[in-house]
Amino acid sequence: MDTTDTTPIIPKPVKQKRFAGFRKSLTDFFASLYNINSFIIRFFKEAFLPPYEFKEIIRQCYETGVRSFTLISLTGFIVGLIFTKQSRPSLAEFGATSWLPSLVSIAIMRALAPLVTALIAAGKVGSSIGAELGSMRVTEQIDAMEVSGTNPFKFLVCTRVLATTLTIPILATYTGLISILGGFLNVYVNEGTSYRTYIGQVFDPLSFIDFTAALIKSIVFGFTIGIVGCYQGYNSSSGTEGVGKAANGAVVTAMFLIFIEEITIVQITSWFR
Amino acid sequence: MEKQKAPIDHKNAVIRVHGLKKAFGDYEVLRGINLELYQGENLVVLGRSGTGKSVLIKVISGLLQADAGTVEVLGQNIDQLTTRELQALRIRIGFSFQNSALYDSMTVRKNLEFPLVRNRRGIGRKEIDTSVERVLEAVGLAQTINQMPSELSGGQRKRIGIARTLILNPEIMLYDEPTAGLDPITCIEINELINEVQERYKTSSIIITHDLTCAKQTGDRIAMLLDGKFQREGSFEHVFDTDNARIKPFFDYNFIK
Ligand SMILES: Nc1ncnc2c1ncn2[C@@H]1O[C@H](COP(=O)(O)OP(=O)(O)OP(=O)(O)O)[C@@H](O)[C@H]1O
Ligand SMILES: [Mg+2]
Repeated sequence: MDTTDTTPIIPKPVKQKRFAGFRKSLTDFFASLYNINSFIIRFFKEAFLPPYEFKEIIRQCYETGVRSFTLISLTGFIVGLIFTKQSRPSLAEFGATSWLPSLVSIAIMRALAPLVTALIAAGKVGSSIGAELGSMRVTEQIDAMEVSGTNPFKFLVCTRVLATTLTIPILATYTGLISILGGFLNVYVNEGTSYRTYIGQVFDPLSFIDFTAALIKSIVFGFTIGIVGCYQGYNSSSGTEGVGKAANGAVVTAMFLIFIEEITIVQITSWFR
Repeated sequence: MEKQKAPIDHKNAVIRVHGLKKAFGDYEVLRGINLELYQGENLVVLGRSGTGKSVLIKVISGLLQADAGTVEVLGQNIDQLTTRELQALRIRIGFSFQNSALYDSMTVRKNLEFPLVRNRRGIGRKEIDTSVERVLEAVGLAQTINQMPSELSGGQRKRIGIARTLILNPEIMLYDEPTAGLDPITCIEINELINEVQERYKTSSIIITHDLTCAKQTGDRIAMLLDGKFQREGSFEHVFDTDNARIKPFFDYNFIK
């Protein structure tokens, strides 16, 4: 068996009394870092080797899109609408309400669209990946797949991670457009700006870097959601409560990582401006 | 109900296990298992809950890795195989899981197709359909073809699980507690199915159970797993006939004739 061993390391209990709790959580922490790391390495080793599971990847992309579409449409629209509405008074103080479209587009493209999409997908898609794989693990469906000659890591994990990595950028673009539409509705009602003028003003302040950064961000977020959900589910402990833990862990960990990644990428792009 | 004598080739072992050890943490589950499964034979492994019966067949099928000892299946040492070779070997082994392990997002038809579609690339629709119908008929559940696993009873799920392994015409069958949690009549039906599979598909099987009716009805040979080793081995009557205070209650409790 020449695949990377991703059997989770379960640290042995430490037998000291003092600092025992602290030590245990420290070893747990590093053990899980190691485990996640080898899980990611295994993904890159297996995902790009034939046979490719195109059909299953497409199916998973569809699932990812369908699961989060309604919520993303609603949230995206409302974010755009509310953001425009709430920003107006501050700009009005300087008599600069004509800057609203630019402000909206910068806020949405640089920050809100990828972040909102990723957080919603973490809740909707990440948790269901965690629960799905978790229950497959618990009921031995993953083992059954393995003994019937299908590599479950490739078939279940690689396809889902690739699907979220591909789909989240598309969804984020969609969120951006729908928020800009929400912003337009508010601007139109208040200032009577025409659609053409609005679109011109929206895309004017955006640079190549903005688009690239948004794209990179959503790819990273998508990968994170997929890999965390799969990791939690694939390694879920036995018992029904293991499934719940996997689903919950998938959401919490993914959201936490998404914030850290957001900050890091924002910092890096600011060096390029 | 007595088992017919099966044609067993005692010179030809399809599984050889030697000195197998497996521990989880500090707990040694298997402590030196030696086992030979002969061509055409039904070997029943008896043992109480938690003695490591499931662990044993998971090691044999390469789902778990042994700490020590060798496992040879169909002439190949499973520790020394590449992933690809292991996959090729596994297709020749059928594994019926303790809780059936049907894919619950797929219908019965899709469940049965899965191993076929995955392992025989380019197989035609017609051939798939005939194979599915053939194994469904073999387990007597043709009417369930479009149902979801959640709509099946425990006994039906067991049969579909067995059908799913039969579809690849395995040479070896591993049954993990085929009768656990079923009523006595369904148990007997499953036992008959196991014997039918042995006859029809010419399989060699390991049947794991703690159900004596099942052992008696399906086993050509019985091995008693206790404290991580096979303590007694042989015909049902031979294993039964003991004064060992830890084995005897096992048989008294079930008092079968
Ligand atoms: N993946 C695992 N991690 C840790 N311990 C395990 C694992 N699998 C099995 N064990 C332990 O090994 C022992 C034997 O388990 P196993 O499932 O083989 O029992 P069994 O003989 O099949 O029992 P049953 O009749 O209840 O199915 C149990 O004590 C169990 O706790
Ligand atoms: Mg068991």
